Amino acid sequence: MYGWTGKLLRVDLATGKSRVEDIPEDWRRDYIGGRGLADRYLYEEMDPKVDPFAPENKLIFATGPLTGTCAPCGARYMVVTKGALTGAITTSNSGGHWGPELKFAGYDLLILENAAPRPSYLFIYDDYVELRDAGHLWGKGVFETEDTLREELGIPALRVATIGPAGENRVRFACIMNDKHRAAGRSGVGAVMGAKNLKAVAVRGTRGVQVADPEAFMRAVWAMRAAMQDHPGRKSFAELGTAATIDMTNAFGGLPTRNFQQGQFEHAENLNGNAIRDTRLVTNKACFACTIACGRVCRLGDGAGKYLVNTHPRNWKIAGEGPEYEGAWALGADTGVGDLDAVLKANWLCNDLGMDPISMGATLAAAMELYQKGAITDDMLEQGIPLAFDNPEAIIRYTEATAYREGIGDELAEGAKRLGERFGHPEVFMGSKGQEFPAYDPRGFQGMGVAYATCNRGACHLRAWTPAVESTGQMDPHTPKGKSEWVVNEQHRTTAHDATGLCLFVGAAGGPLETFVPITAAATGVPYTLEDFLKIGERTWNLERLFNLRAGLTRADDSLPKRLLEEPHKTGPSAGVVVHLDEMLPVYYRCRGWDQEGRPTPEKLAELGLASLA
Amino acid sequence: MTQMLVIVPDRCTGCMQCELACGWVQTGQFQPSQSLIRVNIFDEEASYAPYTCLQCDEAWCMTVCPVNAIGVDAANGAKVVDQRLCIGCHLCTIACPFGTMFTLPQNDKAAKCNLCGGQPACVVSCPTDAIQYREAEQCGEWFRDWGRRVHERYLEETSAPA
Repeated sequence: MYGWTGKLLRVDLATGKSRVEDIPEDWRRDYIGGRGLADRYLYEEMDPKVDPFAPENKLIFATGPLTGTCAPCGARYMVVTKGALTGAITTSNSGGHWGPELKFAGYDLLILENAAPRPSYLFIYDDYVELRDAGHLWGKGVFETEDTLREELGIPALRVATIGPAGENRVRFACIMNDKHRAAGRSGVGAVMGAKNLKAVAVRGTRGVQVADPEAFMRAVWAMRAAMQDHPGRKSFAELGTAATIDMTNAFGGLPTRNFQQGQFEHAENLNGNAIRDTRLVTNKACFACTIACGRVCRLGDGAGKYLVNTHPRNWKIAGEGPEYEGAWALGADTGVGDLDAVLKANWLCNDLGMDPISMGATLAAAMELYQKGAITDDMLEQGIPLAFDNPEAIIRYTEATAYREGIGDELAEGAKRLGERFGHPEVFMGSKGQEFPAYDPRGFQGMGVAYATCNRGACHLRAWTPAVESTGQMDPHTPKGKSEWVVNEQHRTTAHDATGLCLFVGAAGGPLETFVPITAAATGVPYTLEDFLKIGERTWNLERLFNLRAGLTRADDSLPKRLLEEPHKTGPSAGVVVHLDEMLPVYYRCRGWDQEGRPTPEKLAELGLASLA
Repeated sequence: MTQMLVIVPDRCTGCMQCELACGWVQTGQFQPSQSLIRVNIFDEEASYAPYTCLQCDEAWCMTVCPVNAIGVDAANGAKVVDQRLCIGCHLCTIACPFGTMFTLPQNDKAAKCNLCGGQPACVVSCPTDAIQYREAEQCGEWFRDWGRRVHERYLEETSAPA
């Protein structure tokens, strides 16, 4: 078997029994792997109507054919399940070293079924698979869990994917963390894992990944590496990390500030890539096989005594990895906090407690607006820590309270949508399909409006990142014209991209889809072309859509909050602009070959080979 | 001429491309578990360092080998295991002070870095030039400077919190 291992591991958590199955050849070919293949299994095996926390919900970890190879950034795995935050299908991607390790153990996919009767963790060492008691790990943070498992199993090269206390407590935006700082972050996959009573999956793999045509593979890999090496995108990622994006979005009035009440943040320069590099960066850190190394290992600033992180006593200042652009925005600009040390500390807490910093920051921002409106009052809060915008103490304390569901944290843990409804102000929720927006204001980047509204896993910036054309002069950022067409095509590209197991960032770093189609072909022995990839992307996207429709989602869920549609910013480059979703959405449906209710037409499904699945 | 691998830990990002390349040379697969170079990850110190055979002048693996299966590559000074002679006694793995002698699972014989016959794959694959292949005479210099900086950082990190 080349590229793929061709095997999946299926574990019944209720009994601890596991078995290895072959993955059908046509499924591999038609969905590549990762996201596509896992989507196919979920659609085939599960009733989309089940509650995300029910034992019937399946949790799938999936690698692609390039995961574990030397193709640049071939580190990614995908967690696919029904999301706790959204009730839609979710596909959460993570890097680090865990995904390749699963592949080296000999499995493309890991499918977890039912729920364990007591707290457990799964141990995989090549063929050896055992569900073990995790009573002693329950309640522990992510870092301590990983260290404990590595020590007690006595395997230095062990890789661990685990949930923190947030996942155990079913915080609806809990992550699955691997290699301590890497996260399958969005839509609450960690809460699903917590509901299954599964604390961690510890993997050690000693096998190899073979490729079908080694010479062609290596030629294509080195062509891609050469194209990336001096590319400005790669250099910017390596030098400044993802936080460099803050300057760009701020300049366009597209950096949502104080729960999307403003489009520019006055303290943006405190949080940007230069600030992190010049004052906090210890070193770059790469995921497996990565030639970019955008990861930032940061330390706290000198005056940050009060924000100490509880780590190795020798290195009390090192705050681990991050913040990324999204984390710096959510915990910073969106809450109005311009103190980098406070953001670092809150980001570190999110990592250790296992929560998505985007949703955490956005939920805090929504809560802060409720406080501003008087819907949340001081008597609901901890004494002396008002949940007000610009308060660095608040993001730290209430992040912790959320993970443990203490006091107001119990409400925050339900996410911004449920929080807003609970306090009678549903309009404070800034998101789509129940998932909070990431860090691009669609009033600054019009295309993000239709990208957010139509994303299958709820608001997401990783399915079609329109600033790629809107910030570079290729398209006007304020007009809806041409955006739907671009978004549809980009959604196909990113979906196929995710399926291969490469990191999405290679696309912005000089290695677009075109460069690794031949790598995938040489690895798998399947003569893929770019057209095949786009078709696979479209097939997978439609399959996810079918899942969501069967789960009960409708056109009404392809929506944006009123603030974006009716309330323009008063100042800045994006002043006076609102999102014209009513214009973009019909065009989007038409481009997709869907009816105006957002349902794929029988002709479209037949064209994609999905006719029998509708 | 004696040449050797020089490691620059500050440049290493922990990406494992060297392990992938070495595993590829050993097995023709992407199999880091068979790599003869290992990246050490020191998360608490935020430090990563690939590490392999130092090609010692006075190589204990050679000295201890009962069948003289380890010889010297005249071209670059690498200590090389002759798999035909090795009897799989593992003595070299015990003798090596640096833990860079390995045994192969398929035949239980010794394996070590042989500098790939003068074109080390790990050097080629490293995206940040953290592994360099240089003449041996120049290799001492970087170490003193690096040691001083590590020591300074240690003192700084261990100073009492404000």
